[in-house]
Amino acid sequence: MSDNLILQISGVSKSFGPIHALKSVDFDLRKGEIHALAGENGAGKSTLMNIIDGILQPDSGEILLDGTAVKITSPTRAQQLGIGFVHQEIALCPDISVAENIFMSATNVSKSLFMDFKALHKKAADVLGQLCDIDPAVKVRDLSISSQQLVEIAKALTLDCRVLILDEPTAALTEKEAQILFGIMRKLADRGISIIYISHRMVEIFDNCDRVTVFRDGQNITTRNVAEIGPGDVVNAMVGRVLGTLYPEKQAEGDRSDDVLLKVKNLSDGSRFHDVSFQLERGCILGIAGLIGSGRSEIVKGICRLEGAVTGEVWLNGQQLATQDYQQSIDAGVVYLSEDRKGDGVFLDMPITVNISALKVEQVASKLGVINRDKEEGQATALAKKLNLKYGRLSDPVSSLSGGNQQKVAIAKMLSVNPKLIFLDEPTRGVDVGAKVEIHKILRDLAQSGVGIVVISSELPELIGLCDRVMVVREGRISGEVSGADITEENVMRLASVTDAAIA
Amino acid sequence: MSANISTQPAASGQGSASLLARLLHMRETGLIAIIFVLFVVMTFASPYFLTWVNMRAMVMAFAVEGIVVIGMTILLISGGIDLSVGSVTALAMVVAGWLFLAGVDPWVASGIAIAACTGIGAIMGYFVTRVGLHHFIVSLAIMVIARGICLLATGGRPLGLFTLPPEFKFIGQGSIGPIPLVIIIFIVAVVAFDLMLRKTTVFRKVFYTGSNERAAAYSGIRTKKVVFLTTTLCSALCGVAGIIYMARFGSAQPTFGLGMELNVIAAAVIGGASLNGGTGTIFGAILGVVLLSVVSSSLALLDVSVYWQDIIRGSILLAAVSIDHYLHKRRR
Repeated sequence: MSDNLILQISGVSKSFGPIHALKSVDFDLRKGEIHALAGENGAGKSTLMNIIDGILQPDSGEILLDGTAVKITSPTRAQQLGIGFVHQEIALCPDISVAENIFMSATNVSKSLFMDFKALHKKAADVLGQLCDIDPAVKVRDLSISSQQLVEIAKALTLDCRVLILDEPTAALTEKEAQILFGIMRKLADRGISIIYISHRMVEIFDNCDRVTVFRDGQNITTRNVAEIGPGDVVNAMVGRVLGTLYPEKQAEGDRSDDVLLKVKNLSDGSRFHDVSFQLERGCILGIAGLIGSGRSEIVKGICRLEGAVTGEVWLNGQQLATQDYQQSIDAGVVYLSEDRKGDGVFLDMPITVNISALKVEQVASKLGVINRDKEEGQATALAKKLNLKYGRLSDPVSSLSGGNQQKVAIAKMLSVNPKLIFLDEPTRGVDVGAKVEIHKILRDLAQSGVGIVVISSELPELIGLCDRVMVVREGRISGEVSGADITEENVMRLASVTDAAIA
Repeated sequence: MSANISTQPAASGQGSASLLARLLHMRETGLIAIIFVLFVVMTFASPYFLTWVNMRAMVMAFAVEGIVVIGMTILLISGGIDLSVGSVTALAMVVAGWLFLAGVDPWVASGIAIAACTGIGAIMGYFVTRVGLHHFIVSLAIMVIARGICLLATGGRPLGLFTLPPEFKFIGQGSIGPIPLVIIIFIVAVVAFDLMLRKTTVFRKVFYTGSNERAAAYSGIRTKKVVFLTTTLCSALCGVAGIIYMARFGSAQPTFGLGMELNVIAAAVIGGASLNGGTGTIFGAILGVVLLSVVSSSLALLDVSVYWQDIIRGSILLAAVSIDHYLHKRRR
């Protein structure tokens, strides 16, 4: 049995000051298996992966690679040992070509003075060819996020590794791209490469992995064959308690209201979306589905006046909006939660209080514009309580919080202005299961209290579980709408998929 | 992990122990300590150091520059930088001096000069926010252009303004009681801007913008307007400083303020402003100015060659930024 193991970790502990990130963890990885790693943010998954990749050193414990004890002192050493790590965050150089990015480490060790671009592009095209259709000569800057993620994966594939760690690689991928990736993972596994696959998505784990290990509070809670365990068990092991249903109850058939909260007529921006019309009734949660790049975020940003000029009409509660920029939109009670939390959702280095008040600081200030700190703190305290935010002090920077709690701060920021309509773009991306359930509950409560809720998500189960109606966007136009029992993955994907000719 | 934190009683955050800890963590505390040590050492090293005359001269030396430091700090917080402060300060002197010699009332001439500097700031703001160029390159160009205008208008020679009326010279040379008016203006400006920066919504938006411009835009803040205004404000304060210098020296010097940008940026950064934007305080920046001045004054009193002073000033800047970087990394 043990000679079938490529990686064995026994009794590894790691502390950061008073916080025990890992408490005597055991973990093993078989040759040629896809091993899922699940756990809430802060459970210790990343710490363990960083130790395997040599970024962090364990306080105690042992790592065996192929049965011999190894000390992984740096990521370079990890690479030499055949360990590849695709981080969740994209770390590519935006201004150089895809090919040069893929072979950055190879170029780094090359003895040759000159770059052999021709060979480089050919090799890159070979690697990329397995994955997708990306031109190795284009600059990374010009690629979409999902394509960039694929380049990251291609980069790891060139490293000839025996152990490949993928940290939530599908977070930015479309369903189709994710399926291609899973196919490649299986091929790699068949070649004897062992894959550690970190994911929050149960469907992915159960469809594609061989074993699953669940982490909680720095400990390995359980390692099981996927066949022996159900998604519910994994989720319960992750959160350490039995969660009720994952999604809050939907609007009952009889509660449908005719009261139109939002009406959008013929909205266009001239390039990325055209002739968009839809409406939202009070109490209903509307989902927007569509592939990345379909224009779904742009439509919503257009309504909020976040980007450029749009034509068409937007009516809120029977009144036409004449907003010119996002500040006016906020004043009208229409707010947008960004999909890129760290990039533009929160101010990471600023205190929680200051983040929450950012949308309209005037609210916590006197008429003369002098900020009242008590008022500001009171606002933050009330919203933190309402959203069950877990924090040390309100003066701590948002960067000190877990992903789920950072997202709650971003949502608190939206709620601080008592909005009438909230657009949420990927509201639970990179958020742990516990916080995800809480966020969904909050959204449902808000909808019930009369606030308009529109959710964009790449995660179909989320749209299916949360929304009363789902509108699908394809190539900048609304391609259809499904509601009630018709909200299924098949129906949504059928509406979202572009024609075969356009994929190539 | 987060569960551990949340079980702590919320009240512990307001305890006096944490206040002390926070004070110890604050940059200002460290700077005051360093300045204090320097004072003690220098008091023993030189009998002239802790005298009224020396203190007065020292404060006079940095008071006017301190007004420029205020503008620079606010600009740095918003994510910008201005290399043209020295030239623009000189330009204010030259414009006001030239107009005065041409027969314009000195107060009106000063108003026009400050307006001209504000206009230059607005031009820089335009190039940064509308054209989309970087502050560094725009202000580098303006630095050279403004200096060129100064030299062109004066033929490179200082303008002697001996006929300035005494009530005008009073700005730069007068005293109220034992305290020079320049120092009073400086203190009022520091207190006013420090309070505004910490307390008002307008300046809070400066912090939001500098901390993360995209997040600020996604919070409905008109970030371009903010950057435009901080850029303009910095140049306007250079104008004010230039007029005070002119009143103090009774002349307009086209070559005044060469290398001023180094001192001003250094002071702000030593005081905690980050070149990445989002952080900084006026009080800290002024402590940075004080530290640099105490060092210069000490070196002069200890008969250290002036050439050493630049080397030491640069080294202090490097040390301050390194320490800050180290502390920041550790906190992460």
